[in-house]
Amino acid sequence: MKNPLAPIGSLWRGTTERFGYPKVFITLFLVLLCVLAVIQGQSMPGFLKDTLTRLSMIGVLTLAMVPGIVSGIGLNFGVSIGILTGLLAGCIGVELGFTGVGGFFLTNLVAIPISTIVGLGYGWLLNRVKGDEMTVSTYVGFSMVSLMCIFWLILPFKSPIMIWAIGGKGLRNTIAIKDTFGQALDNFLHIDMFGLQMPLGSLIWLAILCFLMWVFLRSKAGVTMSAAGDNPRFARAIGINVNKQRLLGTTLSTVLGAIGILAYAHGFGFFQLYVGPLNMPFIPVAAVLIGGATMRRVTISHVISGTILMQALLIIALPVISKIVPDGAFSEVIRIIVSNGVILYALTRSGGGK
Amino acid sequence: MINAKKFNLLEFLKKNSVPLLFLALGMLGWVASGQPIPMVIKELVDRLSRNLILVLSLIIPITAGMGLNFAMVIGAMAGQFGLIFIKAIGLGGVSGVALAAAFSIPFAILFGIGTGAIMNRAKGKEMITGLILGFFANGLYQMVLLAGIGTVIPLKNPEIVLKAGVGLKNSMDFSLINYVLDRLIPIKVQLGYLVLWIPLVPIILVGLLCWFIVFLQKTKLGQNFRAIGQDKHIAEVAGINVDRTRTIAMVLSTILASFGQIMFIQNIGKLQTYFSHEQVGLFSAAALLIGGATITKATIGNAITGTLLFHLLFIVSPLAGKNLFGDAQIGEYFRSFIAYGVIAVAIVLYAMKKSRAKSQQDSDDMAS
Repeated sequence: MKNPLAPIGSLWRGTTERFGYPKVFITLFLVLLCVLAVIQGQSMPGFLKDTLTRLSMIGVLTLAMVPGIVSGIGLNFGVSIGILTGLLAGCIGVELGFTGVGGFFLTNLVAIPISTIVGLGYGWLLNRVKGDEMTVSTYVGFSMVSLMCIFWLILPFKSPIMIWAIGGKGLRNTIAIKDTFGQALDNFLHIDMFGLQMPLGSLIWLAILCFLMWVFLRSKAGVTMSAAGDNPRFARAIGINVNKQRLLGTTLSTVLGAIGILAYAHGFGFFQLYVGPLNMPFIPVAAVLIGGATMRRVTISHVISGTILMQALLIIALPVISKIVPDGAFSEVIRIIVSNGVILYALTRSGGGK
Repeated sequence: MINAKKFNLLEFLKKNSVPLLFLALGMLGWVASGQPIPMVIKELVDRLSRNLILVLSLIIPITAGMGLNFAMVIGAMAGQFGLIFIKAIGLGGVSGVALAAAFSIPFAILFGIGTGAIMNRAKGKEMITGLILGFFANGLYQMVLLAGIGTVIPLKNPEIVLKAGVGLKNSMDFSLINYVLDRLIPIKVQLGYLVLWIPLVPIILVGLLCWFIVFLQKTKLGQNFRAIGQDKHIAEVAGINVDRTRTIAMVLSTILASFGQIMFIQNIGKLQTYFSHEQVGLFSAAALLIGGATITKATIGNAITGTLLFHLLFIVSPLAGKNLFGDAQIGEYFRSFIAYGVIAVAIVLYAMKKSRAKSQQDSDDMAS
């Protein structure tokens, strides 16, 4: 007699094999939350808007994971280094009085050379610690964030919207940039749906960057880089300079980290300095893993779908769960469990069993 | 004769360069802070007995080649379960501390086994896995204490449970066990204008723990730890059950960390329910490394000197920052930079050595 559940079983196996357990579980969890939200009569267009806003904020940071994975350094837990250079460029932009859409792009232009130089140094270091990139990058990232805490206090910025009103020196913990170039892209270009403003401008910016990355990965340079990341010994044998490819990948990831935090701050309306960037890298790392990436393989669709899934989950979980359990801290707990659970799963799966 | 002596001095400097560097830094900071000596000594004695067990709990996994056990925060959580238990039933004094320790042991064993199992699936990436596992466990810990208390776990004590009847309060007063071990045998020393209590019982307990660690190294188990730490494959071939031994190392470390956290709260007298454990791994690892330990080698001496030096920096840096730069914040940021930085440098040095050995081997393979 045939097992009546067999088709479901094989469908389950097929799905989990194709998309990976994290993505399937998160999707199911999200669907459950959506059903609950509808039953509770929550505002679905509101969720859609928030999810799109979060996608435009975090998408570029998640994209920064791609060159790291492709070039073989793995998950770039040290993307906080790029984030720091981006924040520095952002402060320079505010100091110089950049505003509006032009100001946003000018700030990105300031960020690129700074993050390139820092990224090259960081890549040089990672080439000397092969096999331990993730542990090294995590702690190098942590120490750079805490070192920069001192610099945020003593850097000679003068703009009154950035420094503490009392004492007259030292940058503030959070700097509001709504009046400079924050949300400039979306004020310039947005689309009205369900009576809400959808952030079209920043989504187009994300789409452009994703498209450029997609083109790069298919170019000769991109193919060379993934060959070096996939199988370094084989790549070396056919004459590819593996270290150079890794250096390029790390630098690209750092530059995207800098551009990414500017996109994040742009959507959020604030720079968060000091310990703000400390745990920031875990957000894009978890997002790209939820999307179905592994430590060796990643595509642009992993970036987009992972970011959407993770952010939608967090956005919808807050009101739904707070109706069931009246405690505000709970959605933060879910974020901690989901994002670290996914990273942990990837770490234990990545082989190294010997 | 003179030559030989000079050579020894150089050797000593080279061997202890890290602790000496931090000694110099601590001394400079102390001079800059202008804090009176009795005050610094009192703080140091307090902090040494408060933190040493936590730092010592890192030694066994290092011997077993698992690096710095950042998952020790899970042990601290187990210890906090014990503490919450005695608070809930209102048992204080020495018996309270003993009960808290006893209550935490089964949790610590369970968590240690779990940690070991996960680490065995992530060989070669134990440190990052431990760090993430600590974050993950923190999420579960918060979920249990926020949603489980008052619903699944029947706890009503209004002193610790939130008004709604579900979830624990952010902070708990532990004056019921505050200093009960530290001042069990009261020895007071007059230090200038300050009274210094010598924490004799914690010193004895730490001494026993050190003896246990040294004793362990000489047993079959301790030799297995070392064999695995040197080379997992050879140990496997030699008939050692590598996975099981590594799990035992994790269990021991987790139990010690839970005891360490209980000792810590015993001295502080206050528990930040959701935060007290968070920084434990960072500060303990930094202290051990400042004492001259590396990712592959750590001794009891490293733990003691490191804890002293790290906390000397901790005590003096805010005031030193204030006096040197006009801002106490700079000193505080500086010490957290030291904590992260020293771990980063240790990991980089270790990874560079490993990577160089590997690429040497690679090029040998290519040549042959």
